Amino acid sequence: MFADLSDRQWLWGAGAFYVAGLLLGTAALLRGGRPSGVLIYCAILAGYALQFIGLGVRGHATGGCPLGNRFEIFQFTAWSAVTLYLVVGVAFRSSVLGYFSSCLGALLTIVSLSIPGWDAIRRTHIFGGNPWIELHAALAIFSYGVFGLLALASGLFLLRHFSLKSKRLGGWFSFLPSIIDLDHIEVRLLGTGVALLTLALAFGSVYWSRDTATVGHAKLAATVAVWAAAAAAFVLRVTGRLLARRFAWTCLALFAAALLSLEAVDTSRHPEAVQASVRLAP
Amino acid sequence: MSEAHLFVIGVSHNQAPVEIRERLAPASHEALRADLAAVAGLREFAVLSTCNRIEFYGVGADGGAADSVQAAYCARQNFGPAEFERIRYRLSGRDAALHLFEVASGLDSQMLGENEILGQVKEAYAAAHSGGSTGAVLNRVFQKAFQAAKHVRTHTAISSGQVSVASVAVDLATSIFGRLDGARVLVLGTGEIGEATARAFRSRGAGDLAVAGRRRERAEEVASGLGAGVLHFDERDSRLSDYDVVVCSTSAPGTVLAASAISAAMRARPARPLLLIDLALPRDVDGAAARLQNVFLYNLDDLARIAEQNRSAREADVARCRAILSERADALWRSVQGRLSGAEFAGGETPRQGAGQAAAP
Repeated sequence: MFADLSDRQWLWGAGAFYVAGLLLGTAALLRGGRPSGVLIYCAILAGYALQFIGLGVRGHATGGCPLGNRFEIFQFTAWSAVTLYLVVGVAFRSSVLGYFSSCLGALLTIVSLSIPGWDAIRRTHIFGGNPWIELHAALAIFSYGVFGLLALASGLFLLRHFSLKSKRLGGWFSFLPSIIDLDHIEVRLLGTGVALLTLALAFGSVYWSRDTATVGHAKLAATVAVWAAAAAAFVLRVTGRLLARRFAWTCLALFAAALLSLEAVDTSRHPEAVQASVRLAP
Repeated sequence: MSEAHLFVIGVSHNQAPVEIRERLAPASHEALRADLAAVAGLREFAVLSTCNRIEFYGVGADGGAADSVQAAYCARQNFGPAEFERIRYRLSGRDAALHLFEVASGLDSQMLGENEILGQVKEAYAAAHSGGSTGAVLNRVFQKAFQAAKHVRTHTAISSGQVSVASVAVDLATSIFGRLDGARVLVLGTGEIGEATARAFRSRGAGDLAVAGRRRERAEEVASGLGAGVLHFDERDSRLSDYDVVVCSTSAPGTVLAASAISAAMRARPARPLLLIDLALPRDVDGAAARLQNVFLYNLDDLARIAEQNRSAREADVARCRAILSERADALWRSVQGRLSGAEFAGGETPRQGAGQAAAP
């Protein structure tokens, strides 16, 4: 029965589980209680599994990592962020981080599913059979997922900082992790994101140096700018020159910049790949 | 077959001031238990004795067992039965079970929702159980009380937040530093409130405490009691960057920690937050420090306000707690009534007198 499901149906299922995590957490918070970490984790895990299958089905159809249009990039970014959460969340034991991760997963997944135009052109074999380019793209988008989780941790940091400075500690502010824990996780996530993006650019640059015409200027500039900003933020944080609230705002801006750069990535496809694309009926 | 009788007799802070409660505190719990074990018709019993209450939970063959428990206790304490009669409460059946639920949940505590009482009820039950004075009825009633107490503490605000200034200060520190075992705490001043706050930090795992006072001898005395180190008062500015939490409670007439000194300390530790708890009047810490990055400044009014908010949140949930506990007491009572029958006791679960015939209640 499940073998007949399309990739989008699997991904709708994933979105439903992320929304379930979001609803569970929201209901608990509205009741004035702490969201159940175990329940939300299970909902996210189920969504993650379905998303993994959906992306697998799509990847099989497109002949490579499914990063051929904006829909696939958003799905892969959500999947990357959730992957990191499933690893980090266990160590961090924060039900609130789980709640916000389910929000991010639901947002990226449902929004991209709800806009048919993002998935109207389904490109196949976009990496031209070159596994290094595929690895470059997968690592780059995975790092954007890491920046997504970093943005969540930064948002939680800002909320905790606000609650402490404004001396409002009751209600659901009391469920937030400590400011030191959030700061540590921000630094680790940013370091991970920078490392992944550096690797991605390193792989990409080898290919690009052979034929600089293969990559559009807009994509090149946007990607390098995001990498440079992330690396600079990391260096400034580690050397103690970008701290606390400013660091958190920078991390949020970094994720916004990463999302915006996807536009440049999406619109500067390799001409051969575009020719190989399949236009789907709306 | 006749039906036995679940009851509670007790006196608490609600009826008796501390002078009376002192007279009611048993000198020897073992001797008291021995007295109760000799009460005719008393099949099961447990004694809950804390600084705020003395309570006897029992299962008697009839209502007379409760009278006998009361008489035995008054005789043991040399307390006038008539006076005891005036201040005691006595509940039976489902109401007795509900009372235990409320006590274990902290609803009947002097400090609403406090957690310590649950541990005390568990200890009382453990003592009774190990002494062989509990049976099928009290075992079930106490186990259900623990479950009910855990449920309301988890699902309502009855135990949320802290309601004392010292505990609020420690909670604040955990909101910033998470675990306190790595946090370094400096206590400036040797007043009572500063010492109490330092004790609260110690009890919650703060491993590195130092005390600084204008009178060195007094600082050493306080530090000794806390198992803390001593810092020379004049070194407070130069050593400030070594500490994560500073509790100020001096009686100095002016500022003890200037914003400039705090700013200088933060330059030496820019990535590490600093929590300043100013419990002094007049205040010890320059208010301008609150604007510094990574510095969190709370004074006595701030802490008192948070404690009051927590207390209000607890009080607002009392009705919901009572409704939950009442429902659970009803369910328990329906299931326990069978065990109160003589047939149940004849089954051999009764720890003391075995199968005694009981009169109808």
